[in-house]
Amino acid sequence: MNFLPFAIAAWLFLIGLYGVVSSRNLIHAILSLTVVQSATYVVLLGIGYSKGGQAPIFADIAQTSKAVDPVVQVLVLTDIVIGATVTAMLLALAVQAHKRFGSLDPQDLRALQD
Amino acid sequence: MSRKARLVLFAVAAAGFGVVLVYGLAGLPAFGDYKGVYGNVINGLGVTVRHATDLVTALNFDIRAFDTLGEEFILFASVLGVVLILREMREEQQRPAQEESEEHTFSGASEALRALSLGVIPGLLVIGVYIVVHGQLTPGGGFQGGVILAAGPLAVFLAGRYLRMKIVAPHTLVEIGEAAGAAGYVLVGFGGLVFAGVFLKNFLPLGATGHLLSGGQLAVASVAVGLEVSGAFVIAFSEFLDQAIAVRGGPES
Repeated sequence: MNFLPFAIAAWLFLIGLYGVVSSRNLIHAILSLTVVQSATYVVLLGIGYSKGGQAPIFADIAQTSKAVDPVVQVLVLTDIVIGATVTAMLLALAVQAHKRFGSLDPQDLRALQD
Repeated sequence: MSRKARLVLFAVAAAGFGVVLVYGLAGLPAFGDYKGVYGNVINGLGVTVRHATDLVTALNFDIRAFDTLGEEFILFASVLGVVLILREMREEQQRPAQEESEEHTFSGASEALRALSLGVIPGLLVIGVYIVVHGQLTPGGGFQGGVILAAGPLAVFLAGRYLRMKIVAPHTLVEIGEAAGAAGYVLVGFGGLVFAGVFLKNFLPLGATGHLLSGGQLAVASVAVGLEVSGAFVIAFSEFLDQAIAVRGGPES
């Protein structure tokens, strides 16, 4: 069971990649990419967890309580922000691709082929 | 490449990659068996040194503040990118502005959705501001609260008021707010440089732990980031909505 969170991360990464590769719709591909990225959240939080640790918010627990690593939690926050920016840019590109090619199917983006 | 060939290639590559990935992850310390050093140091000292009870925010806006500066400008730049990509193309024109009475409504918006959307707006604003200003005490901060605040104008749109969303959140005002937030964070940094000798070093009084005005620069930086994030998201939302509603044309349509 100790490996379960990391196994979930690996599965999320691979299933997301499968979604990107097999996609027939750019929006679907972009959302699959966010699934790939969520694997990194699971890995980071998994690394920072210590058994029996509480959230590193000392508002209502004693200052000496055992808590999980706050550093990785900040990294996950950064990760989520970067994920949102990448998604926004890709969705904007998808809008323009739809205007240019009249389709969201990656197979129809002729100019990108050859 | 045909779809089938692509999937076969992916299956082979993914199998190999999956083995390496699992092997690599298996080399990490077992789940729950935390081996890092920084986490324990910060958990032990953070509250005493920073007078903040939410150490995630203390890290984000003080200990790791320089990284957050970069993060904030990545968001800023990407919103510029969205505006640039979705700019008006040569073949497109704005649809003539409609009368307020026949204002474009979100297709399929029922009366219940419209009433509910208007009802949640005050709640969204209160929760957003609360999350922004209490970042140093409880979970939250500028990034989280900023996104909640940005949902306010979006709820105006859901209530079927596209043109009114423009009145509630005029483009220029939102852009100024976003820029002011980004600049405010840098100013906090320069304040540290001038008054404490190091860029982004805390120079404000730390206050009493657990009080609203505690944690020194955390509260100020959090408000600046909240302003920046909410502005950035409102700009991105309205760019996409403009594409869907106001901009006509393009070669295909």
